[in-house]
Amino acid sequence: MEPKSAERGTELEEIPVGRAREEIEAGGIVLLDTREPHEHSAAHIDGCILIPPAMVADNVEQQIPDRSARVIVYCAAGTRSEAAARQMIEMGYEDVANMVGGIAEWQQQGLPVVSEASLTPEQRNRYSRHLLLPEVGADGQVRMLESKVLLLGAGGLGAPTALYLAAAGIGTIGIVDDDVVDASNLQRQVIHDTTRIGQSKTASARQAIEALNPDVEVIEYGTRLDADNVLEIIGAYDVIVDGADNFPTRYLLNDASVRLGKPVVSASILGFDGQISTFVPGEGPCYRCLYPTPPPPELAPSCSANGVLGVMAGVMGLLQANEVIKLVLGIGEPLIGRLLLYEALTTRFTELRVRQDPECPVCGPEAPEIEDLGRFPDYEAFCGGHTGS
Amino acid sequence: MAKVKIPPVLRQHTGDESEVELEGDTVGAVLEALVSQHPDTRPQLFGEDDELNRFVNVYLNDEDVRVLEGLGTTVSADDTVMILPAMAGG
Repeated sequence: MEPKSAERGTELEEIPVGRAREEIEAGGIVLLDTREPHEHSAAHIDGCILIPPAMVADNVEQQIPDRSARVIVYCAAGTRSEAAARQMIEMGYEDVANMVGGIAEWQQQGLPVVSEASLTPEQRNRYSRHLLLPEVGADGQVRMLESKVLLLGAGGLGAPTALYLAAAGIGTIGIVDDDVVDASNLQRQVIHDTTRIGQSKTASARQAIEALNPDVEVIEYGTRLDADNVLEIIGAYDVIVDGADNFPTRYLLNDASVRLGKPVVSASILGFDGQISTFVPGEGPCYRCLYPTPPPPELAPSCSANGVLGVMAGVMGLLQANEVIKLVLGIGEPLIGRLLLYEALTTRFTELRVRQDPECPVCGPEAPEIEDLGRFPDYEAFCGGHTGS
Repeated sequence: MAKVKIPPVLRQHTGDESEVELEGDTVGAVLEALVSQHPDTRPQLFGEDDELNRFVNVYLNDEDVRVLEGLGTTVSADDTVMILPAMAGG
């Protein structure tokens, strides 16, 4: 059949499911679902936007402002999407394709869909406030449940981060900590409690997380991160959260995460002050770009020597959890290339820019090839006087 | 007068001041004014070669002076110079 729009010089392109899939995987396209909301929630292709057939004329310009964008339209079997695609071509969209056979054919071929059916009825209820957010929705919730996040430390930062990530439904939470719960921790480490004083922090955190959300699998590492175990431990995770209490571990984590291309959400706290930034290898600076060398010990007292406001630790831990969620869902603007300072006493947030250091020995252009890095250096010596404990 | 923000770890050397107003046309001049007013801050900020210590980050407003012109970076009266040390507390 001759497409109607051919008369206007713009033909509707019809593409088979296999070709659509290739384009979706390659990225850089807009995938548009033109069905009713109840059909969309039953099952849809990951990453699509939804505009029901009757809304196309009114909503498409707002949702797809770029008329030269490549758009693939689908519906249940290909009829409504063909009409929508023609309508868009009439409106001046230049590169629209209809996926022949629709999602029925997609599923026929065994290709993956996202659906609320991927969530149990209990999960649909538990995460209902997430499902209502267009930025999360069923796709995002499934993604969180499938994601793996590693927490370095179950202390002042790790405790609130772990609780909120668990509540949010991050499916796997690894926790690295070799300490035991002490009464002096409980002023800020809200994942532990009085009855668990003396237990390992990882076991205590596991107990709290499992009581909060049975969807979460907790993996305990009752050890310190060191040059021998770092690659193996962080290699299994999508995002690393740095809440370590010492410089050697922070530099070791940075160097290993750059090597493996793992994003790190890094925060530190002392007294009434906190700092946070997100380091994504290849997309922005790393920890060494920000702090090329650690300060001498007298300029960097520990929380146990200097004191720390528990509430401030909670604020920073939750800012870390917020960064993790954005990275996992691919939404919003993570703190890449930005250092956020929080002063609890004045309730002031200050944002500073962090540039990629062209001379960075770890992520700069002159940095040795990853394969040539070999073993990690002696971080305790590098951090002269700071120990890993 | 530029505003200089003093980090908590240095406040013991500035009489607990968290912010001081100082004269100076460049970042270096402002920091020199700081160390002449509060001499105990000198070893924390400068090495024996009078260069800024590598472990001290100094920002002019929101930009690291290392990507500007270092201690030679021009400072205006309404600028804020921030001294920022790394922290490792968790």
